[in-house]
Amino acid sequence: MTDPAAAVGSARHPPGDLAIWVFILAELLAFGVFFTVYAITRMKNVALFDEMQLTLDRRAGAVNTILLILGSWCVARSVAAIQLDQKVKSARWLLLGIAAGGGFLVVKLFEYSAKLGAGINLATNTFYMFYLSLTFFHFMHVILGMVILLAVWLKARKGGYSAADHHGLETGASYWHMVDLVWIILFPLVYVMR
Amino acid sequence: MNTRLLDLVLVMLVIGTGFTWWLGETGHAGPAAVLTILAIAGVKGVLIIREFMALRGVKFFWPAMVIGWLLLVLAIIMAAYWRGL
Repeated sequence: MTDPAAAVGSARHPPGDLAIWVFILAELLAFGVFFTVYAITRMKNVALFDEMQLTLDRRAGAVNTILLILGSWCVARSVAAIQLDQKVKSARWLLLGIAAGGGFLVVKLFEYSAKLGAGINLATNTFYMFYLSLTFFHFMHVILGMVILLAVWLKARKGGYSAADHHGLETGASYWHMVDLVWIILFPLVYVMR
Repeated sequence: MNTRLLDLVLVMLVIGTGFTWWLGETGHAGPAAVLTILAIAGVKGVLIIREFMALRGVKFFWPAMVIGWLLLVLAIIMAAYWRGL
């Protein structure tokens, strides 16, 4: 397998459209502020945050982390396949990535359903205000990522990308990986660290 | 993209996630646990940025911005937890 990164050296532009990378940086900034405010608020309410964290379904959080990692891996394999001009394979990897994202949404909906069923909402306490708003903010990004991947897949299944031209696929993939990257911090921060 | 490397990264990410989950399940808390969990998140993040996002070998500015964001956020979280522990 060839590795363009190693072959070309350090003069490459990031994969996909430059505009998506500006958007990704803006999104990372927004999540960074959210994480910072969560950590500082927790610093002032340690007992409450530690107590409430125990009421979360940590197993569901871990399963969702694995699903997003799998989704990201599938999409990376899709890009790798199209670089070798394997169009059908690339489209199938994309579809698997979308399915992993769908799995994430289903697990998260079960979590939300359990919390709402127990009478928990944004007004319950500071911890749940952060938990619900932060995870829902991310949830919406997963949906947006899936919509982008779906559009890319629709083109990919018709053979719309090739080894020579797969800019759009890389653009969608970059956004999807950002969604995964953010959850890599969100999971330990909200579900595990105490 | 090197597919074997992508597969290896997947395995490392899953192991890191499993270990993080285990630390939570077994009730590990305090500075050492927080540092370990953040270090795992840092390694996982860098792997995603370099290999999945394919920023390895890209012009310095882009990986520096994204990895810089990751390290800054982790450092802020570490500092906040350190003061709150």
